[in-house]
Amino acid sequence: MVQYQSLDSSFAALSDATRRGVLEQLVQSDASITQLADRFGMTLTGMKKHVSVLEQAGLVATRKVGRVRTCRLGARTLADEAAWIERYRRLWDERFNALDTIVEELKQQEEADGRETGD
Amino acid sequence: MDAKLATDPADIKNGTTTERSSDRELVVTRTFNGPVHLIFKAWTTPELLMRWWAPESFGIDLVGCEVDARTGGRYRFVFDVPGQPEPVAFIGKYLEVTPPTRLVWTNEETEDGSVTTATFEEKDGTTRLVLRDLYPSKDALDAALAAESTGGWTEQFDQLDVVLASAE
Repeated sequence: MVQYQSLDSSFAALSDATRRGVLEQLVQSDASITQLADRFGMTLTGMKKHVSVLEQAGLVATRKVGRVRTCRLGARTLADEAAWIERYRRLWDERFNALDTIVEELKQQEEADGRETGD
Repeated sequence: MDAKLATDPADIKNGTTTERSSDRELVVTRTFNGPVHLIFKAWTTPELLMRWWAPESFGIDLVGCEVDARTGGRYRFVFDVPGQPEPVAFIGKYLEVTPPTRLVWTNEETEDGSVTTATFEEKDGTTRLVLRDLYPSKDALDAALAAESTGGWTEQFDQLDVVLASAE
């Protein structure tokens, strides 16, 4: 099951240059931990730790086949979260634009009523 | 006189902003060109709500709107959504109604629904809205935002998204 984490854990995961590099690499193609360790000149253990942080933030998903653990981009990325929040903003913005029209009508109505009663 | 200062208030862009203010909360802000009592009226009168809560651009019809805008009162919005066999209902309770400055309501269409607090503040004939959507947990908010969620709001958002995209 995919776990959705907060933006905070994403930022924490992305605060490290190696981890950002790993994500960039995984945008190009999936890679094993060994391949990533080689590419970034790290020990397997070190790379495993980085991948684990990325995995916990939901940014990377891993799958073990035989003795090889393959990494790919996770179900959630920062761009996803931004897109979701933008969608939420758009929902309200559409509503509020319609509400503007109603508020304008109510204002005019109130002014007209005020004139009728001689206020 | 500086022409920029003479801008008609109606021309000022009252942009809607949204941010995730914490693990559990989304905040929406907006300014309306009208006094607070009119804004509050538009938020609490069914005939008016029906005209803006699901604007035409959404492509869905708000077919029912029952609003008992008193503390402890309930509301029920019913939508016809294209492609959905059954109408979709949004239900909840007003936890606080303080005219014309504050509305608090629950969203009960899902178990992990948020509590929404809307505050209205008038200044120089305009009204500033701050709307806070507080979820019971981080997971609940994540799920509500995620497309994979089965939550009613999210499904609704997705459908709205499709409709909005086709309208653009």
